[in-house]
Amino acid sequence: MNLLAATVDLPSLPPVGLQHYLAVSALLFCLGVLGVLIRRNILVMYMSLELMLNASNLALVAFSRFNNNLNGQVMVFFIITVAAAEVAVGLALIVALYRKRQTAHVEDLTTMKL
Amino acid sequence: MPPISDIFFYLFAAMTLFCGLMVVANPLSRNPVTSAIFLVLTIVSMSGLFVLLHAFFLAAVQILVYAGAVMVLFLFVIMLLDIKEEERRKFKVISSGIGALAVFGTAAIFLKSIGTTQWKGATPTIEGSTVALGKLLFDKFLLPFEIVSVLLLVAMIGVILLSRKELK
Repeated sequence: MNLLAATVDLPSLPPVGLQHYLAVSALLFCLGVLGVLIRRNILVMYMSLELMLNASNLALVAFSRFNNNLNGQVMVFFIITVAAAEVAVGLALIVALYRKRQTAHVEDLTTMKL
Repeated sequence: MPPISDIFFYLFAAMTLFCGLMVVANPLSRNPVTSAIFLVLTIVSMSGLFVLLHAFFLAAVQILVYAGAVMVLFLFVIMLLDIKEEERRKFKVISSGIGALAVFGTAAIFLKSIGTTQWKGATPTIEGSTVALGKLLFDKFLLPFEIVSVLLLVAMIGVILLSRKELK
């Protein structure tokens, strides 16, 4: 540890609190939004949705920890379960769509465009 | 010298954000398989953050359910689809730039509001062990727990119906 402290200027980092976890969570959520906005492959968009769900999970666990309340962790448990169900249904929809239209690209799916 | 948990926080946070960025905007590859593998890494490093927050049960569930079940499902579906197709498409610079600008604005607002808020400084004493969480889950949250099991059944039936050969 002394070697690490000597080579890297570690003490300049502030002690980790709730706001650090929330900042990571916010940035991860923004990465998910970015993925949905700039990627056009429906599978990668779906992975970005998972990223956003994970970001909200991180915020909930951090709040739970720093407020001394376990309810947030129970909420995360439910979110993980619902996300698993959602992924299964969503991927089944994508496979059904691919079977009908032979594409996984959202720009090809314009049937409902006026 | 900061405590060792802080060093691990910065390590895991950096790894989570870097791998998350590689999921959505990998400069070297637009292959969905690469995105999926980086999503696995994101999830694993995030479960490291969960351990630092003393949410041990959730860290285990995160790896089991996400990195295990969900990502296997993703990779199976990628296997069924044509992934070469993605690389033939050209990248739309202008619309992506506008999207990135909007996201940077959102991130700035988030970080500014997190930075300026006065958070109550409670000393964390909570332990997210399996026992504590299980007691809460089967006592206070029993009804939501049972409803979630019905939801999983509904999802299962829905997936079987959706993936039949002839979709009416």
